[in-house]
Amino acid sequence: MKMVIVAGTPGAGKTSVMIHTIKQLINKGKKPAVVKVDCLYTDDDKRYGKLGIPTLIGLSKDMCPDHFAIYNIEEMADWAKNQNVDTLIIETAGLCHRCAPYTKNSLGICVIDATSGPNTPRKVGPFLTSADIVAITKGDIISQAEREVFRERVLEMNPKCTIHDVNGLSGQGCGEVSEEIIVAKELSDLENEELRHSAPLCVCTLCVGETKVAKKHHRGVLRRIDGFTKYIGE
Amino acid sequence: MDIKEIKIIGGVNKCGESENVKELIVKRGEIFGVVGPTGSGKSNLISDIEQLSQGDTPSKRKILINGEIPETEMRRNPRKRRIAQLSQNMNFLADMTVEEFLIMHAKSRGITSEGIVEKVIDLANNLTGEPIKKDYNLTILSGGQSRSLMVADVAVISDSPIVLIDEIENAGIKKHEALELLSGYGKIVMVITHDPVLALMTTRRVVMKNGGMMEIIETTDEEKEVSKKLSNIDSWMLSMREKVRHGQKLSLNDIKAQKVLE
Repeated sequence: MKMVIVAGTPGAGKTSVMIHTIKQLINKGKKPAVVKVDCLYTDDDKRYGKLGIPTLIGLSKDMCPDHFAIYNIEEMADWAKNQNVDTLIIETAGLCHRCAPYTKNSLGICVIDATSGPNTPRKVGPFLTSADIVAITKGDIISQAEREVFRERVLEMNPKCTIHDVNGLSGQGCGEVSEEIIVAKELSDLENEELRHSAPLCVCTLCVGETKVAKKHHRGVLRRIDGFTKYIGE
Repeated sequence: MDIKEIKIIGGVNKCGESENVKELIVKRGEIFGVVGPTGSGKSNLISDIEQLSQGDTPSKRKILINGEIPETEMRRNPRKRRIAQLSQNMNFLADMTVEEFLIMHAKSRGITSEGIVEKVIDLANNLTGEPIKKDYNLTILSGGQSRSLMVADVAVISDSPIVLIDEIENAGIKKHEALELLSGYGKIVMVITHDPVLALMTTRRVVMKNGGMMEIIETTDEEKEVSKKLSNIDSWMLSMREKVRHGQKLSLNDIKAQKVLE
């Protein structure tokens, strides 16, 4: 089975792009299933459901959705195997710009919105820099020059990626994304599979529910604004 | 690659019916018009060409270059792209200075940026009123300044054998100068326009309706005559506009003195 992990900024058009891409996969005789991981609410299961493919929802609630997705990857794969599909697509919520949920042998697709401006590729971190494919949406709203500048910035941050200009409304460009999925390698040994990039360092009192802001209430790995990092605790 | 012609193979209109025009070839050196009411699909036609669509857009059109399907690299990589497009998007969203943007754009097209910033800004300033400076932030430029900069950028940095222009007359800039700057010699130029002066400057024009190409009209000799007269009226209107812009007053004499229709 192939595993495709889709990440991107909120509102960039991940679901719209994947719906068009999945339609293309179905037309080409493939059997995809999709898992959508979100935090508090999603009705994307209805949107994906219309495609007539197996769809599963995961809500991470008060947990980081990318961490949640990573811990649950084996369950998702088992579920997909039971659905008798050949491709599992996992769409993550994509919030903090710091996680890259791609594993080494999955196909990592980053969906990013061109109207967010050419400084965005510099800000978003590993989910862009470690992606195999970068799908740029909403390019029809800006000028050709600005589209090309945006693309250049993406390449500066991730020179090895393949870039596709896609349109989440019309589906333009999604055919090419589906071709990339079709030629992607199979993921067989999930037990030894690794993340491409470590999840962010964050073990502190806030993680376990402390709500007071003053420094004296905090323990764990703490980093000051000047960059000094220390561990406080037993 | 030497681009001699582009061929548009017709697809479907908004209702999914086949387009009337099954095939349209535009050759090097031709200025071709695209006309039709708002919402008739003019911009989509231009965008199909810009993307070198291969039946993957709602229109299902296919675009061939010199009779062949262009390579994927040409569709994707701006360094290999041979198409310049001036769309209707008049504002910049990028939070950068004019200079940073132009250097970055030159880099994306794979050309050396030596002196290019000044060249683009000088050209842009010929088209607009208040001059643009290189350390201005893009997002503070006025509509006319943005548009002038886009025109100059297309002419210098995106300088390509195929040029697509969407409603240049709405930009509040000198449209004739802009069109001249963009079209150059020996290019394939397609212009979307509602302006009769620009429409009649083309050799042929396609009429769009309901998302489809309806028919192709060749500019007749009579239309060329009409074009000249319209052009006189147009430059007269422009001279009035310049007077108003520069704080002068108009009198009835300004109208009487002009015998533009003779």
